[in-house]
Amino acid sequence: MIEASPTQIWIIIIGMAIGTFLIRFSFLGLVGDRPLPAWLLRLLRYTPVAVLPAVVAPMLIGAKADTDPLRLFCAAVTIIIGVWTKNVLWAILTGLGLFFGLGAFLG
Amino acid sequence: MSYSPATQQFLKGAKDGLPFHIVIWPFAAIFGAIATQAGLNVAEVMGFSILVIAGSAQLAALQLMTENAPTVIVLATALAVNLRMGMYSAAFTPHIGKASLATRAFAAYMLYDQPYALASIKFEKEPDLSLSEKLGYFFGVAIPIGIAWYLLTLAGALLGEMIPTDVGVDFAVPITFLAVVAPMLKTLAHVASALTSVVLVLALSFMPYGTGLLVAAVVALLVGAQVESWMEKRKAAA
Repeated sequence: MIEASPTQIWIIIIGMAIGTFLIRFSFLGLVGDRPLPAWLLRLLRYTPVAVLPAVVAPMLIGAKADTDPLRLFCAAVTIIIGVWTKNVLWAILTGLGLFFGLGAFLG
Repeated sequence: MSYSPATQQFLKGAKDGLPFHIVIWPFAAIFGAIATQAGLNVAEVMGFSILVIAGSAQLAALQLMTENAPTVIVLATALAVNLRMGMYSAAFTPHIGKASLATRAFAAYMLYDQPYALASIKFEKEPDLSLSEKLGYFFGVAIPIGIAWYLLTLAGALLGEMIPTDVGVDFAVPITFLAVVAPMLKTLAHVASALTSVVLVLALSFMPYGTGLLVAAVVALLVGAQVESWMEKRKAAA
């Protein structure tokens, strides 16, 4: 149970709200329509492939994840379907369908 | 009846965002349920989902609050989890930086993973979209997901104990991110960047408060850009 007082809870909520907004607003707000240098634009094109795998990997493998062969298998199938079909929806449906389908089948 | 180009893009964004709803609905309901079970009242739970609107940071904060971590640690950890969104902000600046300040502020409020991921695919595929079309598409993904996030958090908070919180829904989060990234792995540079990201984040898992993620992501950006310029040089030489 949470023992923090209502004041502490609201400090956390408001602090997270302001901090998260400032992070999201940072470049959009300060840079605006000034052009960014070409080298930076080249780097930024890799943002999704550089960030999202680092978010996902610790959830599936590594010390803090409870590594489960079924999850790893379904994750691998999701990647293969995604690369092959280039379709986000098919990849999600196949990955989750397999996970819940095989999970029910294997108990 | 014909719609303006921006409205057409809004509708496309809403449609492309549909697969994420499969994940967002249960995720929001579970956040609402476990937050209520941990002792937060409905106003506090909704305060998180409406004001912060960042699922993984909200869960991280909730986890630390139940462990009675100091307020400063809760805030620092939750914000570290969200630092990746600073990169999203930078990545979108060339696309929507010309919008008015109020529009940019509203876009920033809604700059979470899913609209970022879909809009970045769209903007790369169709670079000639106008500013209003780009904004239309982005908000088309973001607004319905945001509304679903509020409503399902509320449902979870009100239903509380009736929501099963251990049904494997947590697995839906990595699956959606993988499904977004896989279609982007179309050049050697993209594959190299993604592999660097995975290897480094695992190697740096000892670093506190998710800071390993940031180091891994920045190095992966550099690797992607470097491999791209090597490939261009090789092509030019051949």
